[in-house]
Amino acid sequence: MPFSAQPPASGERYALSASLDNARHLSSLLRAVHFQDYATCLATASGLRVTVEDAKCIQANAFIQAEIFQEFSVQEESVMFRINLSVLLDCLTIFGTSSLPGTSTALRMCYHGYGYPLMLFLEEGGVVTVCKINTQEPDELLDFDFCSTKVVNKIILQSEGLREAFAELDMTSEVLQITMSPDKPYFRLSTFGNAGSAHLDYPRDSDLMEAFHCNQTQTNRYKISLLKPSTKALALSCKVSIRTDAQGFLSLQYMIKNEDGQICFVEYYCCPDENITEAEL
Amino acid sequence: LSRIGDELYLEPTESGLSLRAVNSSRSGFASFLFAPLFFQLYEPGSAGPETERFRCKVHMKSFLGIFRSLPSLEKSVGKCLILLKPLASRLVLQLHCKYGVTKTHNLAFQECERLQAVFDTQSCASRLCAPARVLAEAVVHFPPMLAEVTLGTGPGGKISLRNYVEDKAEPSKTMVTELWLAEDEFQSVAVAPGSHITFCLKEFRGLLSFAEASNLPLTIHFDEPGRPVIFTLDDTVLEVHLVLATLSDLQSNSRSPSTNGVSHLPAPSDDFADDLESYMAAMETSEGGSERAPSPTFSLRTPRPALARSKPEEEEEEEEGAVPGTPPHKKFRSLFFGSVMTPGRPGLATTQEVLAEDSEGES
Repeated sequence: MPFSAQPPASGERYALSASLDNARHLSSLLRAVHFQDYATCLATASGLRVTVEDAKCIQANAFIQAEIFQEFSVQEESVMFRINLSVLLDCLTIFGTSSLPGTSTALRMCYHGYGYPLMLFLEEGGVVTVCKINTQEPDELLDFDFCSTKVVNKIILQSEGLREAFAELDMTSEVLQITMSPDKPYFRLSTFGNAGSAHLDYPRDSDLMEAFHCNQTQTNRYKISLLKPSTKALALSCKVSIRTDAQGFLSLQYMIKNEDGQICFVEYYCCPDENITEAEL
Repeated sequence: LSRIGDELYLEPTESGLSLRAVNSSRSGFASFLFAPLFFQLYEPGSAGPETERFRCKVHMKSFLGIFRSLPSLEKSVGKCLILLKPLASRLVLQLHCKYGVTKTHNLAFQECERLQAVFDTQSCASRLCAPARVLAEAVVHFPPMLAEVTLGTGPGGKISLRNYVEDKAEPSKTMVTELWLAEDEFQSVAVAPGSHITFCLKEFRGLLSFAEASNLPLTIHFDEPGRPVIFTLDDTVLEVHLVLATLSDLQSNSRSPSTNGVSHLPAPSDDFADDLESYMAAMETSEGGSERAPSPTFSLRTPRPALARSKPEEEEEEEEGAVPGTPPHKKFRSLFFGSVMTPGRPGLATTQEVLAEDSEGES
């Protein structure tokens, strides 16, 4: 749906300017990382990355590549700002959140540069809304130093198999324990709640298992309250890759297909929980 | 079972796995007995002459949490394995799901005494059997929050259902709903004419939903007011009992002609103290066999306007139970009553009116 209202004069140069025919391509991904009010946006020539962190232990990133946008231009090498993600999402979905086929909100995003607000022009059915959201100094982001060469264990699962498990996690448990091993139980999710312990086992030869590369038996515990928000990303995704490194840092990467079949990624990084004492099984 | 109590009692027996629950006031008890044939594999474990078979109880919510979403269970779970591990203090429930996925739940349990209500369907004067649907359609006319309902037999073999209204309620402010079912709606009717009983509808509704879902006919065994009403469902692999206390009817001055030496307590005297404390004190002294001891059944609340009505929330304080009917030929453990019951003991009437005694003394 072509954007019809007048954007600001074409002579001006924006640090970041982008157009998107269907704002849902952006809003649904941002929802998958929306577990804190504030996010840091980084725009480079390859696209937009939105980062949310919590407790210095968990970081979620939503990647929307430049190819998803109808127009995407970044003047400098990179543009970075901190913004209220709750407000941004409210604006992107200002025409409502129901996804009726055939209707979509068109978006134009403009950012002058440091100190300026982010401007959003949203149009649906001839109605235009203009939003200006203040931006802040970006915080330093966590660096988990997680790279593919350091990965000890990796599996790729079809999300369908994990969705229900994550939605029904026993939240009375403080931790989610993840065991990955070349031997039984191969891949196990465990909780230790008020009623007792629960274990969810996925065998390596399950139909859900797309790839299984486990070299070492590792058992790590993560604060369940930190990982629970990743359920949103899981719900949107078709596949998820689960990787751990030698220190027990966890990387969850979700492959998400949007309405037009384009692929985007959301990833979650989480530190293992050192403080929890040996929980009884 | 969760409509009755907060704890689920599991007892493996030779004749199957029994799941039971009792309500907090000990006026409602339900048991589901799944025959060995219901299972693909059933190993109840051994019971020696000295040792009993292991039994336990778990929190109802914890157990139900494992079977949270029925539609998804049906789609994804192939089979369920239940293991009782006394040494590990765990009840293990393992669900084998699609795609080779296994969900294992290790529930903490508590050891418990045998939970057994005392009742005998054979000693009931009246019996009705109807498809669950008929009763469900009848019960739907009553408001969801209605506590008690009266089932009665009327002229022409008709069966009535009426919401129970306290006598002290203002007639102008209460709504009375009454419906009559013809004899031919029932599969069988064998009732004493003019009989009626009042029981808790809320607890009955739970069983009714189950009966409807499993398409089983429901049989109601009842006798005089004050004696428990027993609802049963029977299937080749499942036996269900729901035993509920009923309101005792003072007007008819019931002294049931018991076949086994157990009788109702006499009706309270007119100058009986009308507050809960004296009632409780009187209860304690009644064990000695005083003829004037008050009945701990609902009788306390019927047509005595001065008496404080026990509201559902206060039920814990009152021992509301019905006089049990002792199964004449069974000698059972009676952990429940603290002594082995034998028929014909005259003092019995004044001891346990409780339907399902908690012998652990937790309350």
